[in-house]
Amino acid sequence: MTSVPIQVSNVTKRFGDAQVLNDVSLSVAQGEMFGLIGHNGAGKSTLFKLMLGLIPVSGGSIRLHDTPIHGHDFRQVRRRIGYLPESFVTYDNLTGLEVLRLFADLKQVPRSNCDAILKRVGLSEAAGRRVRAYSKGMRQRLGFAQVLLGNPDLIFLDEPTNGLDAEGIHDFYRILREVQSEGATIVITSHILAEIQERVDRLVILNSGRVAAQGTLTELRANMVLPSVINISLHPGYGQQVHATLSNLEGLEMHHGEDVARISCPPSEKMAVLQMLSTMAHAVRDISIHEPSLEDLFLGYGGQHA
Amino acid sequence: MHKIFDCTQVRIIASKEFRDRIRNLWVLSVAVIFSLFALAIAYFGSAQQGSVGFRGVDVTIASLVSLVIYLVPLIALILGYDAIVGERERGSMELLLSMPITRFEILLGKYLGLAAALAVSTVAGFGAALLPLASQLGVNDMYHYLGFVFSAILMGMAFLSLSLLVSVLASDRMRASGVAIGLWFFFVLIFDLVLTGALVVSKGNLSSGLFGALLMLNPADVFRLLNIFSSEQVQNMYGLATVMPDRLTNPLVLSAIMLGWIVVPFLVARWRFK
Repeated sequence: MTSVPIQVSNVTKRFGDAQVLNDVSLSVAQGEMFGLIGHNGAGKSTLFKLMLGLIPVSGGSIRLHDTPIHGHDFRQVRRRIGYLPESFVTYDNLTGLEVLRLFADLKQVPRSNCDAILKRVGLSEAAGRRVRAYSKGMRQRLGFAQVLLGNPDLIFLDEPTNGLDAEGIHDFYRILREVQSEGATIVITSHILAEIQERVDRLVILNSGRVAAQGTLTELRANMVLPSVINISLHPGYGQQVHATLSNLEGLEMHHGEDVARISCPPSEKMAVLQMLSTMAHAVRDISIHEPSLEDLFLGYGGQHA
Repeated sequence: MHKIFDCTQVRIIASKEFRDRIRNLWVLSVAVIFSLFALAIAYFGSAQQGSVGFRGVDVTIASLVSLVIYLVPLIALILGYDAIVGERERGSMELLLSMPITRFEILLGKYLGLAAALAVSTVAGFGAALLPLASQLGVNDMYHYLGFVFSAILMGMAFLSLSLLVSVLASDRMRASGVAIGLWFFFVLIFDLVLTGALVVSKGNLSSGLFGALLMLNPADVFRLLNIFSSEQVQNMYGLATVMPDRLTNPLVLSAIMLGWIVVPFLVARWRFK
């Protein structure tokens, strides 16, 4: 039987009088990409630091691969961890290659791996340049390179696409998918909810230090019962007729103008609406359906704009 | 059985710190400063007595001690105050701590790396100064000079240990640098002044045992005593031999006390580094 990569049980964290995390429990399965979202101050970074054993918990326990991060075996666990902090800051006076070699030494990974990793993140050409001269995006790539050292099976990424351009973000998720397919378990936070909603297998929404929701995106949608929105573009003059036809459906909100209609309905009513619309094919020019986004869910679960 | 620390991790941090100081020319600059001062003192140290030129190792060491007592603590404090608080403030500490390394290994690695930089520049600086004089020195002179350089390194390591403690305790770099400079003022300028004041106020009634013990509370004074009592000629020059209790004139005892000044602040730093 394989061990649970991450098991957080009833974790509480206080800084003085401030309760930053309150009874947080979550578990992440092998090979999962797990999202951690919440507004600023919700406790995401604190939870990261606790999971990495950088600060002690006030209550509860955290086990990585069934091993407490603070115990004597922490070194073995840490060797299997890749971590990218929210702001990756390193030694500006060293070159990219030297920085990577330093971390390779500390993780006891052969230095010979460094060149290949720099190539993988697209930093080969800048390897010999001092980090001082790196752009924000290049620094972030170097940070990601450091994560990949030693093929970690537990990866923690705090706002990893910060400072990356579109190409950088694309490259980043491509590599991340490769790493995931090799079996790594990944925990990721991002304030760009649209960016992670397509990518995470499961997620947890933190709100004021508590778990507001946990599950797959589909599960969260089902629990939240957020409306699906159907946008209909009509041929001119059919607005009244469509409204009249659909008005007897329950749970339906409709706004209509001359040639557009916008219907919000519970997901369970969606097919009924579509069936009704199909009887009026002559009136309808086009239809698009919007499912609630992670952003909508996040707001629904008590979050504020991230 | 779990080891207290992993030597490999300590060595990695130490060699990074050391290489940093070599590369940014810190070691070279300090070595040049030391050797220029040493040469100047060797040649012009007795100018007050109306002559210039090399007058012998003991006299030169006596003058060098007065210089080094100001310079080495300052250099050591400046070298170390940034070590921990700097990384914390810039943000690189978080990632370092997430590596398979303990806080103790980080602290020890940094201390050893910086101490090595200080030691190399001291040996190189005072070693280079020796070259032009080498032909005039006997074995005994060499022995004294070596003792002087070694004790200077020990004193540097004591102040480095203090500065590392400051670096662990301080909330930001500004405060750390302020406290480091404050420590320098205290140990190098104020401490002896206060002690002399106490002697005067007590009309010389301060017992030699108490006086000696008080001197041990300052690594700079321990350094001074180490060098005074290694040479009879210098002892007589200072006239201190009559004041100090015998126990505290033994170089081994003094070295042990200096070692305490190295180890204790470091252990406190280790305890407070959370």
